[in-house]
Amino acid sequence: MADLVCEDMSMTFTNPQTGDAVEALKDINFTLKKGELLSVLGPSGCGKTTLLNMIAGFINPTAGVATLGGNTINGPGVERGMVFQQGALFEWLPVSKNVDYGLRMKKTPPAESKKLVEKWLDIVGLQGFGDTPTYQLSGGMQQRVALARCLVNDPDVILMDEPLGALDALTREKMQSLVLELWKETGKTILIITHSVEEALLLGERLFVMAPRPGRIHKEYNLPFAERGLNESLRDIKQDSHFAEVREEILTMIWNMEEEIMGRV
Amino acid sequence: MFEFLSDNRASIAAVIILALLAAFVVSLVTGRKRDAATANREVFGDPERTKGGWYWAVCGVSALMLIWFYFSWGVGRAYVPSAANELCQVAKLEEAVSPIKAALPIGSRYYKSTLLVSRNADQLEILRANVPASAFSSDEQTELVSLIDQIGQLIVNSSDPKNLDPALDGQLSALSADLDSLSEKLRAGPGGLQPTEEALAQPKWGTEHTEIPVLPMTPKGMLFDNVSVEAKEVADRFLKIRNHIPANDALIAEIKERIATLQGNSESGGFDEVALAEREAYIKSVERIFKRLDDGTIFPAASLESVNTAVENLDEANGEARGSLRIVEALLLPGPGVVKSRTQCTEQGSARWLPKPTDVVATFMQLANPDLENGGGYRGVTLLWWKWLPVAEVVGFLFPDWIADAWPGEYASHDSDGTISPKFKDKLLAFAQGEVSLGYIPWFEGHIWDSMFRVLMALSLGILLGVPLGLLMGISKFFKSFFDPIIELYRPVPPLAWAPLILTIFGIQDDGKIFLLFMVAFAIMVISARTGAVGTQLSKIRAAHSLGSTDAQILRNVILPNALPEILTGIRIAVGVCWGTLVAAEMLAGTTGVGFIENIARTVSDYELIWVTILIMGLLGLMLDMIMRWVIDKTIPWRGKG
Ligand SMILES: Nc1ncnc2c1ncn2[C@@H]1O[C@H](COP(=O)(O)OP(=O)(O)OP(=O)(O)O)[C@@H](O)[C@H]1O
Ligand SMILES: [Mg+2]
Repeated sequence: MADLVCEDMSMTFTNPQTGDAVEALKDINFTLKKGELLSVLGPSGCGKTTLLNMIAGFINPTAGVATLGGNTINGPGVERGMVFQQGALFEWLPVSKNVDYGLRMKKTPPAESKKLVEKWLDIVGLQGFGDTPTYQLSGGMQQRVALARCLVNDPDVILMDEPLGALDALTREKMQSLVLELWKETGKTILIITHSVEEALLLGERLFVMAPRPGRIHKEYNLPFAERGLNESLRDIKQDSHFAEVREEILTMIWNMEEEIMGRV
Repeated sequence: MFEFLSDNRASIAAVIILALLAAFVVSLVTGRKRDAATANREVFGDPERTKGGWYWAVCGVSALMLIWFYFSWGVGRAYVPSAANELCQVAKLEEAVSPIKAALPIGSRYYKSTLLVSRNADQLEILRANVPASAFSSDEQTELVSLIDQIGQLIVNSSDPKNLDPALDGQLSALSADLDSLSEKLRAGPGGLQPTEEALAQPKWGTEHTEIPVLPMTPKGMLFDNVSVEAKEVADRFLKIRNHIPANDALIAEIKERIATLQGNSESGGFDEVALAEREAYIKSVERIFKRLDDGTIFPAASLESVNTAVENLDEANGEARGSLRIVEALLLPGPGVVKSRTQCTEQGSARWLPKPTDVVATFMQLANPDLENGGGYRGVTLLWWKWLPVAEVVGFLFPDWIADAWPGEYASHDSDGTISPKFKDKLLAFAQGEVSLGYIPWFEGHIWDSMFRVLMALSLGILLGVPLGLLMGISKFFKSFFDPIIELYRPVPPLAWAPLILTIFGIQDDGKIFLLFMVAFAIMVISARTGAVGTQLSKIRAAHSLGSTDAQILRNVILPNALPEILTGIRIAVGVCWGTLVAAEMLAGTTGVGFIENIARTVSDYELIWVTILIMGLLGLMLDMIMRWVIDKTIPWRGKG
């Protein structure tokens, strides 16, 4: 089984000039089973991006290891796809060339990759946009391209760092449905970082609330909303009383953390 | 066709100037109207405001051309083509009278005599006050003072009108009368004077290397020419007149004797070397002043008054006779006018260094003419043309000889019967040396092409080597730290400072110039590629990593395209800088190229040629820049939109 396991992962950044150390993360332990959808929430600066970067292999933890399917993560790899908040598309390439980038790097035969690109553009709702330059797309469309570019490579885990953060509310809701749809259809393990409590509740089958200084997992939830979101309208779920209850609880929790940070400063 | 255009350049210019004036006025009016109509469309400071506006470009260019036409006397020549020739005749008169004027207040504020009196009296005064006591006995000192006073008496005698020789008085009056009769002639006008056949056959103003036709081509010109011939005779007479007055004769004889006595005293001995030298120097300076006063160049001021008045009168008559020409000169020929010097008349002021636009075009056409036998090209090389280039030469250039040397085996040697049977290795060498026949291709040649070729070669080399190094320096600690000091050390040195070294090492052929330009282009390309590479967003690189790219693939597919805008901007800058450096390099050495032409033109002060080369360089630079701008627009439409 291609489970994602984090064992005692810590990350301390040292400022090379002053020698000051920042404990961005301390003793992170969790296991994400294949096909699980995890959303991570927390106040700004609690180490969410750092966690994701370590799993993606962009930075190495100062202690502990992460493994995927038993293999220690050591550097980036195709089995872990990344979707960034924005600006990670190759603006010099048209949409289709962005999407088939990974395939071209693997030297996939053009006929095959053409089929794959068409399939994924279709799934993310961008059929016919293959030749459009990416800088002519709206923010929502650009994130769809980023999703397609990641998925066409068929990764085991999809890592998303605030993928919908730069979108307006309406587009955001549509994209949230899209993420849920993709999750259902592909059965991929997804780890999504967000600033929005609602989004975390809607998209998280599991949900970590992280706390800062040192960055750690403060509380974990198992939630039914993602499963329900596959069939129900997201707006209805948000009206649900259980949803509102958990939302308020988490909001208070994060609010308190922020207060604490302010107080300490 | 060209001959016809060249001969009628004045008339052509007249039409062009009218067209330019019309373009200027129309574009000005259109511009004001359109801008008024769109004034409220964008707020102040909005870059959108700068869009469009071709009419202002037309307005600016036509204004510039008109200014050029005006200050180069192009307007004057277009509408009054005879002006320069007539002014040349006027200048002849000025030249003829100038020796008389120089001796009179009208030409130089004071009478020449007044200046002589003042200068010599001052010098005598100084000598009188500084008799060296160590070198002369007290008797001699008294003698010297009295001698100096006696010399002073010469000045006094010469200045007194009462002493004037009556014959001299008569000479001066006759001279004044002659000058007055010249004035009369001028006032009477040209009458029935007609220019000679020879004069009419002269090339027109500006069509030949001698700018202005010298012989008079109009009746008015004839008048001035005739008068100037007579004036020259009068002036020659004036220069010969001397004021030798009888009252001075006895004085001069006595002074000569007294000086001789003093010199005799020195020779009779008894003086040490220092004193002797001092005596001789002092006596010599006294003698020098005496000789100056002895030759009769000082006249009483009153005696020259009539001549001065006559010259004033002549000047007045000159002005009257010029008539409308004066207005033309003041309005259309800015600057100090035409001056006659020795054998030719030349334009002075801005027209001297600013050739007329039509002349520049004519010179350019002449240079551009590929027919070398009939005066085309420059120094036996066309400006820009084509030729059949043997392919073998190109191959020989690209295929170095050492490949043949390195080929296994030996070169053939002659057999015992004296024949040589070439082996494959020999054939390879012939190939490498371009000694085989591979057919011909059409290729460019000429000064412009040579310059372009140097720039393009250097630029290509700079890009091929500079871009990869720059990219590597943008991503690798080793490359950055290893090459940074080397490049940063040589880059700030002005390329021309390297020139003498490089031309010595590589020779004055293309290699040296190309290498010099390569150094310039290379540094610019390295820096721009490096800036571009460093500017790659980390998220793009991380995304590429997660999509399974190898390091080389990231360099090629992410960092390079990301650096492309900077690289292209770098190329654009490099083109400009190389072009500038090239012209300077060609001025140092070599026998072809635009800079070479400019260099020769500079040494012979051929302003037309200088302007032609300046315009060629400007236009070619502009063209290269336009090409680069077009390339930039086409290749990186995403710029600033990532
Ligand atoms: N490269 C780095 N060098 C030094 N300190 C760093 C570095 N990256 C992150 N940090 C520190 O680690 C802590 C966690 O940063 P991180 O970017 O992971 O936070 P985050 O939870 O993603 O915040 P946000 O929600 O604002 O994106 C912060 O205090 C930050 O200052
Ligand atoms: Mg973050």
